[in-house]
Amino acid sequence: MSYSNVKIKVNGKVIEKEIESRWLLSDFLRDKLGLTGTHVGCEHGVCGACTVLLNGEPVRSCLMLAVQADGLEVETVESLAEEDGTFHPIQQAFANNHALQCGFCTPGFLMSVKNFMETHPDLPTDDEIREAISGNLCRCTGYSNIIKAVKEAYVLKC
Amino acid sequence: MKQFVGQNVKRKEDHRLLTGSGKFVADIRIENMVEAAILRSPYAHARIKNIDVSQAKNHEGVLDVIISDDLEGNVKPFTEFVEFTLPPQLEADIKPIIKQNPEPMLAQHKVTFVGQAVAIVLAEDRYIAEDALGLIKVSYEPLPVVTDPYETIKDDAPVIHPHLGNNIQSHFEVKVGNIDHAFSQANHILKTRIKTPRVSGNPLETRGVIAEYQERNQQLDVWSSTQVPFMVRSYLSKLVGLVEGNIRVVAPDVGGGFGPKCAVYPEEIIIPYLAMKYKRPVKWIEDRLEHMQSTRHSRDQVHDVEVAFRNDGTILGLKDQFLLDNGAHNSFALCCAYNSAAHLRGMYHIPNYDITGRIVLTNKTPNVPYRGAGRPEAVYVMDRIIYMIADKLNLDPVEVSMRNFVRPEQMPYETGIFYRDGANMVLENGDYVKSLQQAMKIAGYEEFRQQQEETRKNNKNIGIGFSSYIEGTGIGPFEGAAVKVDSTGHILVGVGSSPHGQSHETTLSQICADVFGVNPEQVSVRAGDTSLLPYGVGTFASRGAVTAGSAVHGASKQLREKFLLIAGEMLGVTIDELEMHSGKVYLKHSPSQFVTLQEIAQAAKPGPRCKVPKGIEPGASATYYFVPPTVTFSSGFHVAVVEVDKETGFVDILRYIVVHDCGRVINPKIVDGQIQGGVAQGIGGALYEEIIYDKNGQLVTGTYMDYLIPTAMEVPEVEMGHQEFLSPHNPIGIKGVGEGGAISPPAAIANAVCDAMRPLKIEINSLPISPNKLRSLIEEAENAESVLK
Ligand code: FES
Ligand code: FES
Repeated sequence: MSYSNVKIKVNGKVIEKEIESRWLLSDFLRDKLGLTGTHVGCEHGVCGACTVLLNGEPVRSCLMLAVQADGLEVETVESLAEEDGTFHPIQQAFANNHALQCGFCTPGFLMSVKNFMETHPDLPTDDEIREAISGNLCRCTGYSNIIKAVKEAYVLKC
Repeated sequence: MKQFVGQNVKRKEDHRLLTGSGKFVADIRIENMVEAAILRSPYAHARIKNIDVSQAKNHEGVLDVIISDDLEGNVKPFTEFVEFTLPPQLEADIKPIIKQNPEPMLAQHKVTFVGQAVAIVLAEDRYIAEDALGLIKVSYEPLPVVTDPYETIKDDAPVIHPHLGNNIQSHFEVKVGNIDHAFSQANHILKTRIKTPRVSGNPLETRGVIAEYQERNQQLDVWSSTQVPFMVRSYLSKLVGLVEGNIRVVAPDVGGGFGPKCAVYPEEIIIPYLAMKYKRPVKWIEDRLEHMQSTRHSRDQVHDVEVAFRNDGTILGLKDQFLLDNGAHNSFALCCAYNSAAHLRGMYHIPNYDITGRIVLTNKTPNVPYRGAGRPEAVYVMDRIIYMIADKLNLDPVEVSMRNFVRPEQMPYETGIFYRDGANMVLENGDYVKSLQQAMKIAGYEEFRQQQEETRKNNKNIGIGFSSYIEGTGIGPFEGAAVKVDSTGHILVGVGSSPHGQSHETTLSQICADVFGVNPEQVSVRAGDTSLLPYGVGTFASRGAVTAGSAVHGASKQLREKFLLIAGEMLGVTIDELEMHSGKVYLKHSPSQFVTLQEIAQAAKPGPRCKVPKGIEPGASATYYFVPPTVTFSSGFHVAVVEVDKETGFVDILRYIVVHDCGRVINPKIVDGQIQGGVAQGIGGALYEEIIYDKNGQLVTGTYMDYLIPTAMEVPEVEMGHQEFLSPHNPIGIKGVGEGGAISPPAAIANAVCDAMRPLKIEINSLPISPNKLRSLIEEAENAESVLK
């Protein structure tokens, strides 16, 4: 078994650890750091449930090794709300619009949407939102409330 | 007093799920836990000659490797789930043949489908467990494979379970009226074969089980991603021989169910057994490939139908012989098959009816009910037929529907058959005519027809299709609730029905809050835990709101009565001088005098200060089991407006409309969410989803690259209209809504596509309507046209 040292900034905190080189980033976050908010739905890069931000870019943490994140910055769903539990505007908009049912896909959506809003500061059209979230599967909601939530998140943010 | 039932109360579940602090099975960690990985059969049908586990066992970090022999004598096989056996009246009526076909926990001597569990590795972590899977050597002797439902019933087909004699596992007949007479009176007879493919529910969270055993008090704790924790508990007790009271099964946050998690699976029995045997907590989390192979599939029916009708479109009789390809095992008796038979006529008055259902076995993954459970199949058959009759007679399908509806003045309408629960199947109320009219109004049917003409001239093909459904919802046998008020005055509700996205914590607290006149904030609902109540059933079959909702209502009312009695003692008056609202009990004539729920709860405690009237048990709690007399029928109309690209066969859904009746709505947003989500799954079934096996029984669609689930790009926002015919079968008037959204889309969309392609006559009698399938249908129809010319 080969091991590597990694130094990753996770949700603002620097983590230094020796880990098995073959560990997936998703497993590392969930099992080694206890950040179980990032979910694993398919482990082959299609469902988007495992989406986290790596240096601000959305990535599928099931398709990467943890060692590939060495020296980089990771944000997970746990970073969104304030310490006292106050929602981030995206979370608030999801709650307001019933944009989640079982909630399993939700962390992935939130992270994808966060990046989308950062890279598209102007209120997008429905079609642009649909495209932006088309890499995340949801089996419960049928998406339409998620689209409404994204629009409201733009309003709540300003 | 403000009522909370009927309002968009915000979901209580959301905070934890949005912040990543929910707890799904895979999120649970227990000290000293080992992880399991499962070796699954690569063959669809093969004899197991030998399994060599020695190398795997010696691999560093491996605790043990378990095969079928290790379970022998300790864990019994699954036979039939008793929950699904037939009530005697039904049995006497349809004279079923149901052959028992026990399913071993791990393949024994032979495998019967790809993905069947063969061996389990327990290791320090999942990575090591998977390494060790590669070291297990199994020698298989392939046997002949059968994957086609028609091949499997031939005399010379390889018999999958030799003790059954052949591959027909069940057979039943449903007959109403005089079918031969109906056929002799008809102007037309139409014959066709209609298929619904095998699909998979695919909740985004796969299955998973964790078990921990405490020797000290022989307590077994099991966490499972299941829809039916009480059923898991009962089979664990039965098959492993444990004291039921020592088992606690918890379904924590569950990431979607849709039916596939509404069964007990071998893993839910073996993992707990192994946790006991090795005295270490054991965790098994299914991966997606395993899920596609081994979590049960659904649908997979073929109907050979004959319909007799008059020149004006009136249907006189319907004959149907159908096969349900159940894969290698069936532990569900007639569940989906009988649902199909009972629902096939839907909203239509068809006085003569003759249906033969057969459940057949093939070398594929076994089936379970999936959202709609036999109804999407039946509705697809019936509503394709309505369109075919319209085609044949050159009538508008709306007219054909209208001619055949059960009319509001015929309600309650006796269908002449028994429901699956053994009661007479009666459509109790509703107005199907109005429902269709409302749907057509939203769709703008007349204008659409004009627009269609015009777009045709520009070589664009748009079409409109509708589909109707009725659904028996809220099936029994019961559901329970325990309501108590703690010493702070907070109300706690425990229910047996466990959620996986349906918002029990919110909707059930609305029901309870109304009874006590408090805010839902003052009510906490717990579910998904067998320690909450002695008995429970589960969330499936659009039953949660109806059964658990009524149970919460009943228990809350009982406790309210008791609280009034106690308050009477406290205030020295009789109960009719009191009223409860805003969480307090007031003297009617002197409203400044009151006692709070908290004070009453204190006064309910046993002891010298107890104010509970004599003859009544002390305590601030009540438990109530709601036993529905029978199901209640939800109904609805779906309309799809599509555009078909004739050159590519691509179908674009332009609009989707649903008008439905689910009785009293507890929380409109949540109901709308159920419909929208159901429609998304129905669109998947209509256009994208299909589990495919090759002729060797290999699963071809094992990943999300091959099994296509609709994304936000494919699912339009559903436009909704509501009807509210209150159910007479429960105190709140609820009808179930969980499945309705998924039942009609395949029929509505197929009808819309056929409509778009007119005047070419294409018949879409199988699913999904993939571009290549549609292209070949169009090509065939064009060739036929040119031959005719
Ligand atoms: S779990 Fe990573 S994309 Fe599905
Ligand atoms: S809310 Fe269940 S998968 Fe999206």
